[in-house]
Amino acid sequence: MRIVAKGLTYVYNPKSPFPAKALKGVDLTIEEGEFFGIIGHTGSGKSTFVQHLNALLKLSDGYLKIGEYDLADKKCNFLELRSKVGMVFQYPEYQLFAETVEKDVEFGLKNFKKDLKDEERAAAVKEALQTVGLDYRAVKDKSPFELSGGQKRRVAIAGVIVTKPEVLILDEPAAGLDPLGKKELMELLHSIHGGWCKTIIIVSHDMDEIAENCTNAAVFSDGKVALQGKPSEIFSHTEELLSLGLDLPVTAKCAKLLKERGIVLKTDCICEDFVEKVLALYNAEKGGDADAQ
Amino acid sequence: MLNDVTFGQYYPAKSFVHNMDPRAKIVFVIAYIVAIFLAQNFFALAAVTLFLIFCVLLSRVPFGSVLRSVKMILFLIIFTAVLNLFFYSSNSELHILWQWKFITISWESIINMVFLSFRLFLLILGTSVLTLTTTPVALTDGIESLLKPLRLIRFPVHELALIMSIALRFIPTLMDETNRIISAQKARGADFETGGLIKRAKAMIPVLIPLLVSAFRRAEELGDAMDARCYSGAKGRTKYKKLTFTWRDLLGLLAFAALITGIVFLNLYLGGKFAIIDWFLK
Amino acid sequence: MEAVRFENVKYSYREDGKEYAVNGVTLSIEEGQFVAVLGRNGSGKSTLAKLINALLIPSAGSVKVLGMDTSDSKKTFEIRKNAGMVFQNPDNQTVASIVEDDVAFGPENIGLAREEIGKRIDFALNAVGMQAFRTATPSRLSGGQKQRIAIAGVLAIKPRIMILDESTAMLDPKGRREVMDVIKKLNREEKMTVILITHFMEEALEADRAIVMHRGEVVMDAAPEEIFSRSDELEMYNLTLPRAAAICKRLQNAGLPIKNAFNAEELAEELCELLQKA
Repeated sequence: MRIVAKGLTYVYNPKSPFPAKALKGVDLTIEEGEFFGIIGHTGSGKSTFVQHLNALLKLSDGYLKIGEYDLADKKCNFLELRSKVGMVFQYPEYQLFAETVEKDVEFGLKNFKKDLKDEERAAAVKEALQTVGLDYRAVKDKSPFELSGGQKRRVAIAGVIVTKPEVLILDEPAAGLDPLGKKELMELLHSIHGGWCKTIIIVSHDMDEIAENCTNAAVFSDGKVALQGKPSEIFSHTEELLSLGLDLPVTAKCAKLLKERGIVLKTDCICEDFVEKVLALYNAEKGGDADAQ
Repeated sequence: MLNDVTFGQYYPAKSFVHNMDPRAKIVFVIAYIVAIFLAQNFFALAAVTLFLIFCVLLSRVPFGSVLRSVKMILFLIIFTAVLNLFFYSSNSELHILWQWKFITISWESIINMVFLSFRLFLLILGTSVLTLTTTPVALTDGIESLLKPLRLIRFPVHELALIMSIALRFIPTLMDETNRIISAQKARGADFETGGLIKRAKAMIPVLIPLLVSAFRRAEELGDAMDARCYSGAKGRTKYKKLTFTWRDLLGLLAFAALITGIVFLNLYLGGKFAIIDWFLK
Repeated sequence: MEAVRFENVKYSYREDGKEYAVNGVTLSIEEGQFVAVLGRNGSGKSTLAKLINALLIPSAGSVKVLGMDTSDSKKTFEIRKNAGMVFQNPDNQTVASIVEDDVAFGPENIGLAREEIGKRIDFALNAVGMQAFRTATPSRLSGGQKQRIAIAGVLAIKPRIMILDESTAMLDPKGRREVMDVIKKLNREEKMTVILITHFMEEALEADRAIVMHRGEVVMDAAPEEIFSRSDELEMYNLTLPRAAAICKRLQNAGLPIKNAFNAEELAEELCELLQKA
């Protein structure tokens, strides 16, 4: 499903003494099949934007279409939309509620696909738990509250992907995880991307994570999209990013420092590519020297 | 859906009323309530109304915000009004206007209804001036300070005040959290808007349980954090903020003394609330 | 002087004493040191932190803080006055709805006079760069600002040791930077002993010393640069290198003659030298 937003505007508490304009005209298109990164510091409007994508916030002004669903249309079937656009909130483990892992994971299924048979539902739950790397038989009857932090997060993610949404949105999915946990989570996302899950959208503060994983990205600032394009393009706007108070991935930072010293390294900011380009440059220089001798 | 709840309806502004000592304001609200109940006729109530309007003007809070507070208890006002209209019995047969079984409407019951509703109305408006111009924190400080004498009978004044201020401090945090959980469950297809009462109550379980779990987790962490910051009860503890009476509070005191004296005089010279019936029937 | 001493410390959350969260740790931290503690979730890092300021008392062995034994309940108050602790979630350590009232909480607890509390608030807010927010409401501040207020709340007690238990985990990069700058300044200017528990390898680089915990035990204890040079060992404990160090290692493995670099600046420096020389 293609996501098209035009002139999206949103104000929190419009009638209170503290109205807060969170979106000030967002224009953004996310094509089907992308692994899309959304960057921006706290309060830039990125969370407000993603909450629009499955109609958790009511469209107040502007145009937003997700596949065939027109969110400005009052007759739009929001429940159906939500079953196709999954949303994993920040610290999703804090939303677990059921007595057992199985019951928690099947919650979404019961809401979206009411006519599913018991066996079908159990099979879907099993698949979801296996996808997130948990042993179905070992955890299904456990209370989600007795699991470890990392396992809780996996259960929570299973609870969203159990309905196999075409678009999966994750708001800082790796926050609070240790380095290995982060790595495993990204591997999990790549493993489902391209199958039933066609588009993945992650909101992240970690520029290295965006550079390594995303096909396209957008930088939010002050309720608008400040930059968008491939990560390599975005991270070439070093001055702009720094002025927005954002970091650069290590590769881009390194390339920038080298450029200041007169060494031009064209890299797409992915580690692999950076290493290759440095090696190529080194070999060329060395080769050049050898020729000269 | 939770944004409609106006808790701690503090209206930020700089005004004479905002700057008064919270203790003085609490005492004044009590004096104001006394004044309302002392008032025996419409003239006295009118005097209270004028006084209230003056206070609102002084506080720089828009009248709209003050009136909004009545919305929440409008039902209660209507309920008491209806009850009074139908069941207040008149002493004089002449004054009865309509009767059906045990329900009677008389001049007295009409007057009584208007009088009581108006009283209730003034009561709410007046107390909301307090909550609109005083931060919840100042309010708890004020209450703690006023209750201090109760320490003599071993009433845990400090603990109570601390509990109150921590509760106030966590309301916005827990509200945010509730909204987030509601959104998260909605994203998983939960439906909070349709169905009967039981279905809706059931739909809240996936919200209430995580909220409860998180409240416990927060309480535990807060306990650790307080321990780590050397908290060990009221013993040996000092207080940074000291409340002080100023000329504003003195002026307030004089104004309230004048109000109450005025009401006593109006009561004496203009008779009870039903006096106007006689004037009217004449 | 020795700030913290662990002598064969064990701690179990279970009544039957099985499964030690901290299992036989012996450790000494000198005053003025900046120590980072690394390790996977559940490796015992937070338990270690809570053992220092007597929130937990060891099941076996002893913990001494500035010479005071944490198991001596008469010393608890004095230990907590000297070893302040900042936690992970800034929302769960704020007690008051106004910044200055919250910072005043600690000094009030130790019974300081009102003028002194005022001075402490000035000092603490100044140290974290939040003077302008003295009368603000914490719930309206950013995560980094809230955490700086939490640090100020601990600073106002003037501890000699500051323990930060994953205090940067919930913050965005800007907030993390703010907090790290404050910590480093306190360590350098106030000579405060800092014990920083973190998942961010980059943060460990700013410390004098890094300790790696694994299954309740201290398995590595050295300067951060040395720890990150032993990448095979780190991998065993499921930890990663700081990103720049990882790239550097890949370049070295590909045969590039460069020295170890741990951050983007060092890496750029190394590459520059290499490429210009070539």
